[in-house]
Amino acid sequence: MKEVYAQYWKRHLRIIGVLLVIWFLVSYGFGIVFADQLDAIRIGGFGLGFWFAQQGSMYVFVIIIFVYVFLMNRLDREFGVEEI
Amino acid sequence: MDIQFWTFLIVGLTFTLYIGIAVWSRAGSTSEFYVAGKGVHPLANGMATAADWMSAASFISMAGIIAFLGRDGAVYLMGWTGGYVLLALLLAPYLRKFGKFTVPDFVGDRYYSRTARLVAVACALFISFTYVAGQMRGVGIVFSRFLSVDINTGVVIGMVIVLIYAVLGGMKGITYTQVAQYCVLIFAYLVPVIYISIMMTSNPIPQLGFGGTVADGSGTYLLDKLDGLHIALGFDAYTSGIRPTMDVFFITMALMVGTAGLPHVIVRFFTVPRVKDARISAGYALILIVLLYATAPAVAVFAKTNLIETIHEVPYDEVPEWVTNWEATGLIGFEDKNADGRIQFNADPAINEVRVDQDIIVLANPEIANLPNWVVGLVAAGGLAAALSTAAGLLLVISTSVSRDLIKRTLKPDISEKHELLTARFAAAGAVIFAGYFGINPPGFVAQTIAFAFGLAAASFFPAILLGIFYKRMNMQGAVSGMVTGILFTAGYIIYFTMIRPDLNQAENWLFGISPEGIGTLGMLLNLSVSLVVSRLTPAPPDEIQDMVEKIRIPREIEDAVREG
Repeated sequence: MKEVYAQYWKRHLRIIGVLLVIWFLVSYGFGIVFADQLDAIRIGGFGLGFWFAQQGSMYVFVIIIFVYVFLMNRLDREFGVEEI
Repeated sequence: MDIQFWTFLIVGLTFTLYIGIAVWSRAGSTSEFYVAGKGVHPLANGMATAADWMSAASFISMAGIIAFLGRDGAVYLMGWTGGYVLLALLLAPYLRKFGKFTVPDFVGDRYYSRTARLVAVACALFISFTYVAGQMRGVGIVFSRFLSVDINTGVVIGMVIVLIYAVLGGMKGITYTQVAQYCVLIFAYLVPVIYISIMMTSNPIPQLGFGGTVADGSGTYLLDKLDGLHIALGFDAYTSGIRPTMDVFFITMALMVGTAGLPHVIVRFFTVPRVKDARISAGYALILIVLLYATAPAVAVFAKTNLIETIHEVPYDEVPEWVTNWEATGLIGFEDKNADGRIQFNADPAINEVRVDQDIIVLANPEIANLPNWVVGLVAAGGLAAALSTAAGLLLVISTSVSRDLIKRTLKPDISEKHELLTARFAAAGAVIFAGYFGINPPGFVAQTIAFAFGLAAASFFPAILLGIFYKRMNMQGAVSGMVTGILFTAGYIIYFTMIRPDLNQAENWLFGISPEGIGTLGMLLNLSVSLVVSRLTPAPPDEIQDMVEKIRIPREIEDAVREG
């Protein structure tokens, strides 16, 4: 059981890791550190950096959580640890 | 029918609804009182979490703050939404699996010690009290503004209402009332904005409208127009960032991590039936929060453009009626410095003749857009819903900390369920009165409470819970020394710059250029490092604790799954 458990945790950590990298990138990367450079790209009236800071990062946050829920529920089923 | 009539009608109706729900859903057991019997549907829990989260400040002040900060206002937008990602991925599911009632419960059990539990109770009480002191004042201000009573009467009305449903219903009553309050507040926020978006940009979706072109047929983008107006008046362009990147980074991080560490937010995820419900519930909560938060920057742009165009270089006796109406409240004011009879708005304080309170951005919205009177009544009901739901959620955390963490788990473990429930109700009543006292006699630091509550939550709970779940080797010595270091450092820094030497509160005196608002991030890093180092130098936690950590990491134990076939 120990190995199965360790494997589940490892896969779990990989999902969280990838999603947190995206979380960091859209907010701190696009919205703060590279915002000025990204502002050179325009979408309608928005500079891309401004859009990420005040709109885009929040939408990506929502998507991250729903992707997480989907992946985790699938992982739980794969390992037979889902709740009944 | 006039504004006053509509305000009383709509506010009266919504209050009747809240009280009705509270009576219908009163709590019969401690489990119902603390965590609504763990039977709340994830969507309902998401709505309640969102209402709990969005305070009077989110509803009334945030758009205004963004309007005056420009792009830098994003620290609040990202900071107060990004924390839910941390919560959903790193804390909520495991805490739900752990299955007790409070954050100190987790800290006390995971770190197998009364000391750790007491440190956690002290942090929870301190954070919640700092937060609620500001909220009760907010309740009073909202009441006084909309119902034209004085602020203290407003605080008392708010106290009575919160008292009824918090003491009667506990978490169950509060949760279902908050579901109703969310509906009221989001409807009240969106209606005026959609009208204004159509008027200004011909786009009914404000989030798209403020990136679109102005509806006058010129083809100019609204944001370009606003940038132009700003530069013409001597301000920096609206869409450019002004604060140092380092500080913006730290403030955003402190708000995100603080969000994930606030006890009244975490406790929400104890109320759902299953681990998978805790995950999805965080998702629902965030969508519902983002619905308002993504609208706020649009409100900011519409209102700022409107404001500049309505008043700048306009002769004082030709301003629209709403300006003179709100002038009476002191939220907007003029001083004709060059005596030309016209109003000048300028970045240079020597020329500027306008004083604008940030709250006017949302409050005057319906009048700026010439909307019907019932919309004004609706905005009043929305502001009150936001203020009451947040205050109630915080008061519940305080009463739970007292009756469960302090009395049941520490001082008098043999207390009966009936007595514990009674104690919880008394503690809730006591907390309301205490908070009301601070609402009427606000301590000097109300303005800094945000920095305080978030900084402390970031520097104390977040690392302790995170390491408790993700690092099996973390022990009591590490966690306690980490929390104590984090709290002392963060509180010390904030107190020094806001109370002891406010005259030194400038960028050149700050540590690494980090403002008191962002210092919680550094406190968190300090807590993490101290915890890790101390835990390496002291014995590993007992085996049963390590087993417990393994168990909270999976929704259902594999052994059980095998046994059941």
